[in-house]
Amino acid sequence: MTWTWFHRLASPPHLYRTAGRLTPWFAWPAALLIIAGLIGGLWLAPPDYQQGDAYRIMYVHAPSAWLSLMVYTIMAVAGAIGLIWRMKAAHALAAAAAPIGASFTLATLVTGSLWGKPMWGTYWQWDPRLTSELLLFFLYLGYMGLRAAFEDLQRADRVSAVLAVVGVINVPIIHYSVVWWNSLHQGPSVMYLGKPTMPPSMLVPLLLMFLGFTLFFGAVVLVRLQGEVLNRERAAHWVEEELGA
Amino acid sequence: MSELSVVPSLTRPERAPRNAPGAAAVAWMMLERDLKLAFRKASQLVQPLAFFAMVTTLFPLAITPELTRLRHIASGVLWAAALLSSLLALEFLFRDDAQDGTLEQYALSGRALTGLLAAKTAAHWLLTGLPLALIAPLAAVSLGVPAHALPGILASVTLGTVTMSLLGAIGAALTLGVRRAGALLSLLTLPLAIPVLIFGAHATQLAIRGQPYGAALTLLGALAVFGMTLAPLAAAAAVRINLE
Repeated sequence: MTWTWFHRLASPPHLYRTAGRLTPWFAWPAALLIIAGLIGGLWLAPPDYQQGDAYRIMYVHAPSAWLSLMVYTIMAVAGAIGLIWRMKAAHALAAAAAPIGASFTLATLVTGSLWGKPMWGTYWQWDPRLTSELLLFFLYLGYMGLRAAFEDLQRADRVSAVLAVVGVINVPIIHYSVVWWNSLHQGPSVMYLGKPTMPPSMLVPLLLMFLGFTLFFGAVVLVRLQGEVLNRERAAHWVEEELGA
Repeated sequence: MSELSVVPSLTRPERAPRNAPGAAAVAWMMLERDLKLAFRKASQLVQPLAFFAMVTTLFPLAITPELTRLRHIASGVLWAAALLSSLLALEFLFRDDAQDGTLEQYALSGRALTGLLAAKTAAHWLLTGLPLALIAPLAAVSLGVPAHALPGILASVTLGTVTMSLLGAIGAALTLGVRRAGALLSLLTLPLAIPVLIFGAHATQLAIRGQPYGAALTLLGALAVFGMTLAPLAAAAAVRINLE
């Protein structure tokens, strides 16, 4: 097994072209899976005997929640790789991923509170999962704010990578402290999405949506990565040749 | 900063000479120096404390002067005020040393920057965290907290401010190169401080109710120890990046 393919990604033109070539391989399956998942989830799956049709928001909510955490982890791992091996491509990936992760976190919060209105009778409940998701959103905002505060891109890359690593160590501590806090304050138990006792007609569309959203993230991050590379290399000759300007 | 950026040894400094003082002696010297400098500008030390007192005063004025009702929200008021006040104090942590180049000398000294920053953070805690813990019981009394709760409040704020200083050291190091970093620093530090807030306010709440609060204190202590082991490493990494 040789690692030459990996080392070649350090070359910006190669990274740019590889990302461009890979994008359709993520985008098309993502579109098909999401369409199939939506049809399965919104039409074919039966209404829940307790929640009626309101549970169907889970088909957007749960995959967004999964990605909000996965993208933060990707950012931290990419940041660590960038710090340790001084790999600029990894920093570019982290920079490209951050706004997407923040968007998924916001989508999780919005869909969660929309689901809360019919279920809890209120748009916002200090439920442990929603609360830690809100804190995750603040972590994303801090990360992007720190990145934007530096004019020197290299410094922005490395400083924000340190923050992402610190953040990813703290996310589990924050989450469990919030769960613990909630168990002290909250009387009535809250129903959760994604109960394990889900019939296949509900579960299969959910799995399709998980896969579809993940591939969708892949497609978007590749497009944004191309943009990052172009922005960082805007003074280089290959950009001129590549874009035919 | 900019004229030093060409010096290659900033990232890999040479080792200190053999007859130099040991790591503990150096840490002690740093601590002494920071305390001495801080006491020469005592007004800087008083400001975060005055801010803390001011914030705790806002709540009786905004909600109710009845001590029986204030007692119920006292733990939240004390901890929110303590977190905000320790954020305010963070600005002094590295600012002066970064401006006059002292921080660069530390990075170039051949000493482990992690240890030096740990000593600086300890000094910062002694100057801002400990006084905060000492006046917190006073503020608690003004919020109608019974006297039997005061040792618990003293202990929990003491432990909580240790973690706040450590987290703050990371935040201050990350934003070293940012002008007017106040709001950004809060946005970076406060989400990380949520566990401190939760366990600290819980310990205080239990102390006010006269229940055993040892478990919550243990968790606060665990956070402090965890922070001590890792935070100076992250702060040193961030300082080095910002000095390059």
